[in-house]
Amino acid sequence: CGATCLHAPWQRCWNEEGVPVSEDTQQQIIRETFHLVSKRDENVCNFLEGGLLIGGSDNKLIYRHYATLYFVFCVDSSESELGILDLIQVFVETLDKCFENVCELDLIFHVDKVHNILAEMVMGGMVLETNMNEIVTQIDAQNKLEKSETFIFQSPRQDR
Amino acid sequence: MSDVVERTLSALPALLGPQHPAAGPGRLPATSRLGSLIRSITALTSKHEEEKLIQQEIASLKAMVSAPTTTLRLMKECMVRLIYCEMLGYESSFGYIHAIKLAQQGNLLEKRVGTLGYDLQSTNLVEVCMALTVVSQIFPREMIPAVLPLIEDKLQHSKEIIRRKAVQALYKFYLIAPNQVQHIHDKFRKALCDRDVGVMAASLHIYLEMIKENSSGYKDLTESFVMILKQVVGGKLPIDFNYHSVPAPWLQIQLLRILGLLGKDDPRTSELMYDVLDESLRRAEINHNITYAILFECVQTIYTIHPKSELLEKAAKCIGKFVLSPKINLKYLGLKALTCVIQQDPNLALQHQMTIIECLDHPDPIIKKETLEILYRITNGQNVTVIVQKMYAPDNGWFIQTMNAVFSVGGDALHPDIPNNFLRLLAEGFDDRKEDEQLRTYAVRSYLTLLEEENTFYPQKFLQVMIWVLGEYSSLATDVDPEIILTRLHSLLKKTFVTSDTKAWIMAAVTKIASRTSCSKTIDKLIKEFSSSLDTCMRQHAFELKHLCEDKVLMKNLLPFDASCNDVVVDASLSFLDGFVVEGLSHGAAPYKPHHQRQEEKLSQEKALNFEPYGLSFASSVSSSGITGRQSPTGLSFGSDTSGNSAETGHKETNTLKLEGIRKLWGKEGYLPKKESKAGKPDEPQAASCGNLLAGRVTDPSASQSDQVSSFSEEEKEKQQLASTLFVGLGSNAGVSLMGKMDVATQKFKRKSKINETQNSEEASDIQNSDASTFGPLLDTVPVNKEDCEGNKHTRLRKPSLCSSDTVEDNLAFETPQSLKKPGLNDRLSDSRLSPLSLFADSNIEIFQPSSSALCESANKTSSVPSLPKELEELPHSEVVELCQSDALALYLCKVWKDDSLLLALFASNKKGSALNAVNLVFEKAEHFQILESPAHQFSVIEAQSVEHCQKYVWMDKICTQGILPGSISYQSEMESCLEFSVTLSLLDFIRPMEMTTEDFGKLWLSLSNDVKQNIKMLPSQDSLSAALSTLQQKLKLHIVDIIGNEGILACQLLPSVPCLLHCRTYSGMLALWFRSPCSALPDGLLYQCQKVMEES
Repeated sequence: CGATCLHAPWQRCWNEEGVPVSEDTQQQIIRETFHLVSKRDENVCNFLEGGLLIGGSDNKLIYRHYATLYFVFCVDSSESELGILDLIQVFVETLDKCFENVCELDLIFHVDKVHNILAEMVMGGMVLETNMNEIVTQIDAQNKLEKSETFIFQSPRQDR
Repeated sequence: MSDVVERTLSALPALLGPQHPAAGPGRLPATSRLGSLIRSITALTSKHEEEKLIQQEIASLKAMVSAPTTTLRLMKECMVRLIYCEMLGYESSFGYIHAIKLAQQGNLLEKRVGTLGYDLQSTNLVEVCMALTVVSQIFPREMIPAVLPLIEDKLQHSKEIIRRKAVQALYKFYLIAPNQVQHIHDKFRKALCDRDVGVMAASLHIYLEMIKENSSGYKDLTESFVMILKQVVGGKLPIDFNYHSVPAPWLQIQLLRILGLLGKDDPRTSELMYDVLDESLRRAEINHNITYAILFECVQTIYTIHPKSELLEKAAKCIGKFVLSPKINLKYLGLKALTCVIQQDPNLALQHQMTIIECLDHPDPIIKKETLEILYRITNGQNVTVIVQKMYAPDNGWFIQTMNAVFSVGGDALHPDIPNNFLRLLAEGFDDRKEDEQLRTYAVRSYLTLLEEENTFYPQKFLQVMIWVLGEYSSLATDVDPEIILTRLHSLLKKTFVTSDTKAWIMAAVTKIASRTSCSKTIDKLIKEFSSSLDTCMRQHAFELKHLCEDKVLMKNLLPFDASCNDVVVDASLSFLDGFVVEGLSHGAAPYKPHHQRQEEKLSQEKALNFEPYGLSFASSVSSSGITGRQSPTGLSFGSDTSGNSAETGHKETNTLKLEGIRKLWGKEGYLPKKESKAGKPDEPQAASCGNLLAGRVTDPSASQSDQVSSFSEEEKEKQQLASTLFVGLGSNAGVSLMGKMDVATQKFKRKSKINETQNSEEASDIQNSDASTFGPLLDTVPVNKEDCEGNKHTRLRKPSLCSSDTVEDNLAFETPQSLKKPGLNDRLSDSRLSPLSLFADSNIEIFQPSSSALCESANKTSSVPSLPKELEELPHSEVVELCQSDALALYLCKVWKDDSLLLALFASNKKGSALNAVNLVFEKAEHFQILESPAHQFSVIEAQSVEHCQKYVWMDKICTQGILPGSISYQSEMESCLEFSVTLSLLDFIRPMEMTTEDFGKLWLSLSNDVKQNIKMLPSQDSLSAALSTLQQKLKLHIVDIIGNEGILACQLLPSVPCLLHCRTYSGMLALWFRSPCSALPDGLLYQCQKVMEES
């Protein structure tokens, strides 16, 4: 089903302890998640009951499938399933705004930006901001700052 | 790919940049050192080397960042490398605090430098924002006090985004270390009242968490939360917060959750929120995903808080919307909601039972799992079997471990079927070969670990299971030396608690393992040890093993791997000895009698106890070695052992299905025949004409019903049937009405199974026919197809083409009992519309005719004789009897034996000239019986000289032969009066025939564990098996499944669905009864009834 992109750090955002998961576990989580999610048909529900890997039965995988990409969120029972589904939608729409017609290459090459956007939406594992315009404003402000610094410190980095 | 890596790396500084805004000056050396680190890592060849390198790196970094001499520039460089290490998944949390410090310093730096000439204010804002974001993502507990004041300051910040992030950071702290932020609780309150919605929303996270832990401490905030929700729902928020024109949906969800927690078990608090919940339900009507999210939360809240019926009703409707939605996500949530509310409101499950049944077979395992969860919650004594059948093991490990627990706890008290079935499951496996092997290997390993523990006692049956599995599959665990397994087994042999039976299992296992290993010291030792054992059995085994070990090729052929399921062809009939037998007989030898027959004869002479285990077929079919042993007529092969003997020509008539004498199943008295004379042939013409009449009456309703039937698909009916078994005992009203519908479905099914059964029995008779012919060569004294032998005649009638000489009369006489064979209540309707012949059935089964003397008697007593309503009139029912009476009121009762319950029809008759008011009928709680709906009924008014009636459905809760259901009826005439009465109910009121095929009987028989066996003497009047069985059928409402030879099998069920199976066998004037049922008290109760009716008749 084509190229698939799953970002482990997204799941790390939800890791409450803030302790980094070892790379092996990260990779395993991604593999298993991909295995689980990609096997699912189009006409089944977007929720997956969690196994031990994602922290027991209280946790759930909620995913959305966009063309070749799966966006997977791992949440615990304190989140509304449908709410998260729409949060993914907001996230993707925001990505689309920030990158102007987002494609998977954007996500691969600008993983940092993706993280920043997500960090604006979800902070410390809680949904903070769901207003797209607000998020875009924040991100723009950050970008501006970054650019100005780049200019000041004569960074060798080329513009995108 | 390398290109991608390259570009990712080039993007890296950008990632690091914003988090460490001051990293700029150190960039060049940083990148170069980082570059060298990355280069050296990519140059490595193994994961191990990488680990080593990173550990070194981290150690040096740690030293560097902690050193006070480290310059800012160097520090930044270290951070970059640390972040890279962490990205690779290595623990480097020690660096976080330095990072935070750095970020803060950065701010100061910026402020101090100040000359950079861009808007300091805005930059600072973004940077603070980012610092806070970092804080809430990674933060070690011990550093909280250091930064807490900084963050608290930010709560007063003029920009709302900062305040919001500060709140969020505090929330994070609360999660990590709740007691450290305790002193700032009122600051949270301030945040809740913040003029910015975003800040307020952020504070809700904290409140949700705190209320979860201690809801009583925040009750005073309820009104505030309600207020906020009201404003949100009412669209008072700025339009910015709308999502798909829904105002702040996530905020709503959060608030609803909080309200749910606050209102739980608290009527007063709940009172405050009813309005706003109603409003939310009403507003959330736009058909968008997010509104469903709100609806779902609403429903959950409504069911969590103190109930209000109006809201519950609306919420139930909402759940219906979810469950019935074609959108799979909504369906899932609907099921989830059902799971939560089902215990409070079982009727809701009844409403959606068809959907639930459909979801059981849903292709999505998640949906399936949720459905099982629902079933699990509604499990009760009545449906537990059906529900458990729907469950499955999540994985191999779970299965084996659960079984281990069952074996260790259950021990030798377990029914032998359980270990046997378990082993069979292991041996037969599933479709997937790989999975089978995994399961077996897992089992082997698990047992090896168990046996490793010295001095642990295991029940014999568990030991046997372990031993068998080790013997059969130990070679699957390739890394385990067979020698180890053999040593284990060997040491077991020496244990004192191991019985000789288990020792035999061990020897068998050792032999199997030996066939797969070349040579083993342990085996040699074992042979040596046991060749001189005093136990002859062990000696025998040892010798066998010794000889087999000497011929490995033979051994391998004899014990192929994983062949436990392969059929071993054994000529059990010993046909190769036929010549020898014939020779012997011709020399005047007495014909062979099997051992048990000899014993029986001896025993019946001595009138002693019967020690012969006549149950499981294996023994008898082997021991019989009779000719019939070759083809056992049923799956169970209720060893028709006697038939193969020439000495038993007299018995031969029973060789075929015995159809005589069962003709008269349902007499005119209806369900409980009393003193009706034997329904002989003379009655038949009369019955036939009467049947026609009745048929005419019955056909009409059934025709319209059958139209209805055809509109359902077969599958649907199956589901309905399943539904009725699953949702049994849940609610009352809906359940009953659905069962009404069910009847239609079951009829169809039973019809089908009946046809099958006919085929089966036909096959069986075929077989027996051929059996008869095989008598020829061996026992030439017996004439083949002896004309005067009744049994044979019947056999031939089955196949009219073979015996054209027989008369039509005979054929008819045969067909009639055939159609009568299944007199189940369910069949009445279907029978009546199927063939003209089966109309006879109705005439015999039919309806209680109220012309009997009982009615006349009661007619004398009162002027107004209550009579059953039309729809009940057609069901089998008892006479109408008086329960109690006074000068004003009389109470009558009629028992109606419905298929699914016992219906008590109660008639209250007003004998006075004026109306009676407030007539209240109440049944008291009885230990043994359960009244399905409310135990009370109120007639608001009974007019003068008229009769009112009510119906109560009753099940038997606890088994007893006879019990009393007390009650009272009170009424208002001149004064308040009360009459007491009691209804006597017997076990038989709750017994219904159970239709099944012989095959199903066999399966069910093996799965049941409660045994009761008893031999009772048969009276001369009913010396034949069929006579005895028909007595049982008539009096006890048992269903005759099959009769083979001198054995018969019968089935019945205790309402609602507890089966009881009965196996009968006759020998020399005795009737051996063997009951099996999942319920231990049921066989006893039935046995008592059997004895009673056999004595009476």
